[in-house]
Amino acid sequence: MGPLNKGKPKTRMSNSTLLFIIAGIILILMYGIALISFPVSFRQFQTFFDFFNLNAALFIVTLGMCIVMIGGGIDISVGAVCGLVTMACALLLETGAGNIWGALFLSLGIGLAFGLMHGFLIAYLEIQPFIITLGGMFLAQGLLTTLHKEPLNVTKPAFVALRRYTIEIPWLGTVNRLGVFIPSEIKPSVFVVAALVVLYAILMKWSRFGRNLYAVGGNRQSARMLGINVKRTIFLSYVICGLTAGLSGFIFLLTTGAGNIGNGSLYEIKAIAANVMGGVMLSGGVGNLLGAPIGTLTLLTINELIRAAGVQSNLQAIVSGLLLYIFIVLQSIIMALRERRQFSLALPPWLRPPRAQDQKTAEDQR
Amino acid sequence: MPRLKRRFNRMSHLFLPLSVLVVLLIINLVKGADYFKITLINGVLYGNIPNILFGASELVILSIGMTLVTAASRGQDISIGESGAISSAIFVQYVLRAGNVTVWTILAGFLISCLAGMVIGAFNGTLVSFFNVQPMVATLILFLGGRSIAFIIDGKVSPILANPISNQIGTVIPGVPIQTPIILTAVFIALVVVVLKTTNLRLYVESVGVNPSAARLNGINPKKVIFLTFLIMGVCSAVAGFIAVNKAGRHDSVNLLKFIMMDAILAVALGGNSLAGGKFSITGSIIGAYTIEVLNRTLLRLEVNPEAIKAFKAVFIIVLMIIASPVVSAYAGKLLDRIKGITTGYSPGQEVAVSAVDSSAKKEK
Amino acid sequence: MQPEIILKMEGICKSFPGVRALDNVDFVLRKGEIHALMGENGAGKSTLIKIITGVYQKDAGQIYLEGRPVNFRSPQDAQNMGIGTVFQEIALCPNLTVAENMFIGRSRDAFVNWKQMNQRAAEMLDSLGIPASPTQELASCSIAVQQMIAIARAVDMDCRILILDEPTSSLDEDETKKLFALMRELKARGVGIIFITHFIDQVYEISDTITVLRNGQLIGEYPTAELSQIELVSKMMGKALSDISAIKKHEPPQTDESVPVFAAKNLSSAAGVRPFDFAIRKGEVNGFAGLLGSGRSESVRAIFAADKVTGGEVRVNGQMVKIKSPLDAMKQGIGYLPEDRKVDGIIDELSVRDNIILALQVLKGFFKPLSRKQAEEFADQYIELLDIKTPSLDTPIKSLSGGNQQKVILARWLLTHPMYLILDEPTRGIDVGTKVEIQKLVLKLAAEGMSLTFISSEIDEMLRVCSRLIVMKDREIVGELSGADLTEQNVMQLIAQGGE
Repeated sequence: MGPLNKGKPKTRMSNSTLLFIIAGIILILMYGIALISFPVSFRQFQTFFDFFNLNAALFIVTLGMCIVMIGGGIDISVGAVCGLVTMACALLLETGAGNIWGALFLSLGIGLAFGLMHGFLIAYLEIQPFIITLGGMFLAQGLLTTLHKEPLNVTKPAFVALRRYTIEIPWLGTVNRLGVFIPSEIKPSVFVVAALVVLYAILMKWSRFGRNLYAVGGNRQSARMLGINVKRTIFLSYVICGLTAGLSGFIFLLTTGAGNIGNGSLYEIKAIAANVMGGVMLSGGVGNLLGAPIGTLTLLTINELIRAAGVQSNLQAIVSGLLLYIFIVLQSIIMALRERRQFSLALPPWLRPPRAQDQKTAEDQR
Repeated sequence: MPRLKRRFNRMSHLFLPLSVLVVLLIINLVKGADYFKITLINGVLYGNIPNILFGASELVILSIGMTLVTAASRGQDISIGESGAISSAIFVQYVLRAGNVTVWTILAGFLISCLAGMVIGAFNGTLVSFFNVQPMVATLILFLGGRSIAFIIDGKVSPILANPISNQIGTVIPGVPIQTPIILTAVFIALVVVVLKTTNLRLYVESVGVNPSAARLNGINPKKVIFLTFLIMGVCSAVAGFIAVNKAGRHDSVNLLKFIMMDAILAVALGGNSLAGGKFSITGSIIGAYTIEVLNRTLLRLEVNPEAIKAFKAVFIIVLMIIASPVVSAYAGKLLDRIKGITTGYSPGQEVAVSAVDSSAKKEK
Repeated sequence: MQPEIILKMEGICKSFPGVRALDNVDFVLRKGEIHALMGENGAGKSTLIKIITGVYQKDAGQIYLEGRPVNFRSPQDAQNMGIGTVFQEIALCPNLTVAENMFIGRSRDAFVNWKQMNQRAAEMLDSLGIPASPTQELASCSIAVQQMIAIARAVDMDCRILILDEPTSSLDEDETKKLFALMRELKARGVGIIFITHFIDQVYEISDTITVLRNGQLIGEYPTAELSQIELVSKMMGKALSDISAIKKHEPPQTDESVPVFAAKNLSSAAGVRPFDFAIRKGEVNGFAGLLGSGRSESVRAIFAADKVTGGEVRVNGQMVKIKSPLDAMKQGIGYLPEDRKVDGIIDELSVRDNIILALQVLKGFFKPLSRKQAEEFADQYIELLDIKTPSLDTPIKSLSGGNQQKVILARWLLTHPMYLILDEPTRGIDVGTKVEIQKLVLKLAAEGMSLTFISSEIDEMLRVCSRLIVMKDREIVGELSGADLTEQNVMQLIAQGGE
């Protein structure tokens, strides 16, 4: 693009990119702090991989939520749908009515059903997304308790084998106290996360649907005028989010091996928090899809950091709330400074340093 | 006549929540004709209606605050349960440490907890109004950390509030035939009505919610108004926390008012309010809150499998929102017009059009 | 020989709740024709355009595209059939890049080829001389550039019909020339262009045919060469011109040597006007003249503290006062009718009554609400005084016509009995009848002793109303005209030469 831009005004960084870079820097910062404070635990590659091994479902839910948020919507049913799927799949596998493929299809089917319902009601009947997905949340919770109330362990051998299956990375690992090399392990679900991140990132950056969704999230009226099928775009975003939530349930079951009422609870809140930390704004149109995994990682790093610091268990929630607070305020200040520069021509030049410098000083201050 | 018609028009937004309430009550009546029966036990009125009023008291109070926050800030406060848990924890600690519990101790404790509620409201309000954070994101912080704060204030699991006055506040005061939470709720609603009558709260909040830029140019500071609604929300949470903890007789920091924000937001939406801010109806929200309580109790009364209650509730909400959706109501309106047109011979749309042309024709002269 | 007809509309009707926007309107567009669609606001131009572009659905009538009956169900439909539109309010997405805004919603491909898209966009921008980079976020472009990008988009769509709805309102003379050159080029290629503008001179410069609408009805179609400007205006207004010339300018009392009602020294604001001095006497009507973007609106906003005031001192009746917020200004007896009625003026969902009493209510204070009866009395009084047409006091203001909305805002400020009232473009986007009413009212208020600042894009309107004009250019005051010097010629000259 270089030669074409000659003589043209300097391109200003978009809000999405700026927020994404901030999110990345914060993640690196957080992980840096963790490495310095708790080198023993955090220097192990396994700790990093375990974020994915243990929280693959959360990563997946966050991805779906990210897509809906970019379109200017919200889906608070994702946690409940995830929980419902774990129980439904566990029942299916335990009663012997289906195999692993059956369970996978069931999970996608449930997710699709919720996605279709939400999408249709929100896009075509123009009902407020919060209330409809709240209904979806209650529905999923109600169906979950109707299906089975007690925790249900999946004992089907094929499934247990899949669950236990790990991949060792021979060239990455740690040497334990006895001098024995322990290779890092990753679960198959990590590949699902990675595949989805790549798939969705491509979808949002290069597909017609993805770009239309950004347009709709940015300004619905304009998007309509530009000839975009707004309703279908919104509809699709909820369908994708529902499907993703369904898949996350399957992955959740693969991680914990049991259907349980509490599965996936608060995932909707965690997913929103993770997306906000990843630079995706609830108002829509702003955010990079890669922000979703980055935000999730930041969230998990913070939690792990607090846990490792030995903070009293009930203080943990407070500290993570506090960190979220700092993060949100920082984000808001940066956006406010940016807005001001855009609208006020009278701003003194010393308030207009190049972007990178700003971030450096922010880093230095830490 | 015209005045009556105008009043009717002003109330038209209450049509949906009221009709839902009526339908639910009819279902209950069909189930058992003694539904409205009220019995006097030990000089206190009991029955389905008092139970509903009793059970919904916290939700009603919270939905009032939620209505204001929604109208002004165009977003929702999801930390109301947590903020109620914190302020009531402070109340409980104050009472437990006071030793000899009198009415004045309770009152002082209540006022302190209201103050705590306002501090929490100020925290959320600062983030939303001065830092421009979306309400749901701003209140996420306390939603995540709030119950832990409440637990730390408690110092242990579920401190017990064992004194006769608290018991009376949670149940009945001897000699009064109505359960105390119902009275407190009524007093609170009355206070809100007085506030709305004696201040410009409604005009300010609606102006800010509809068009903050224009409101600012007319001398209203949108930031202050949004902040104020969060302060009021804080007081509402404190009052709701106060009632809830006295009802329970102990402070369970984990489960007190848990997930009540979902019901409060639902009440606001059921009351015909837009969750995107602007004009609001507190009456609608209050009716919405009672409707939710009636719904919960109806499902129990119909002996729905307790595990499935949430699913039924969900179906009910979804069906209701479909009926109330702009697309469906526009379609219904058209259908209604057509029916009217057949019966009276002309379509109302035409009539209006003619008068509009008339008035512009007059202008030309 | 009559050129081939591309678009033919017959008997189009469209009603909205309370208004019949179009009543049995016919319209014909031919190949290679620039067709001006003229009419006052509320005449139905925008509605007609929105029906052609599929934004609204017609209630009755038939549309033929190149002889075939068609029905546009959505903007996409219309786009696919070769109808390109540039709307008055820029309908682009600020969070997308320039290139995306030019190409989104057009391709049927499942994936976006960024490289190709950026390249095509760059070529297009280059050929039209638009100073923007394809990869730039649209929000970082100026409004004029955004407008040109919207045009570039429509041009690039190989449309057979191009609709330009007030495309020139935010363009300067140079940019307008470029646009006209482009329009002529497209015309030569056989594109039919529907052109809507408020600038009558531009209509005569570029158009071949004029269709006039009034009150949702078709007045007629005329070849531009055969319709004089006077005839056009009277057809649009439906009344004789004598009404306008009947306005007599009010001369402020010259004897008044006393202190000005309002005076500012070195006033500046965050919106970027150079520090300026300003004063107004009792009963005076003055105005800020200058092109759009010259800083005239920013200056009055600084007076009212609508933007953050960054410096200067202000005296009201000789007393030093601090005005830091709109409320401070209101307390000093200053009123401000903003330039953008929709964004800054009306509270669209609230009732006419609430909109009228808003400023007075705020001045009275949070704890002193007017009783319902009082509020209704005040509202009724001003509805009668200003002849506001509203079904009832409880009607939401958004369902009123533009002119009536403007009158409501005027009523809002008159109710506070300001000693100094600022009117920024009070006549923009409203019908001529109301325009004249507002001008008369301004002069009447001044005669009663109120001081007013009146800003308008139409210079002759300002010359009619103001006794003193402050001329601005590039956010700076370049001169002041009053008395015999106050002529259109002088204003133009000042704007042209000023600042050197």
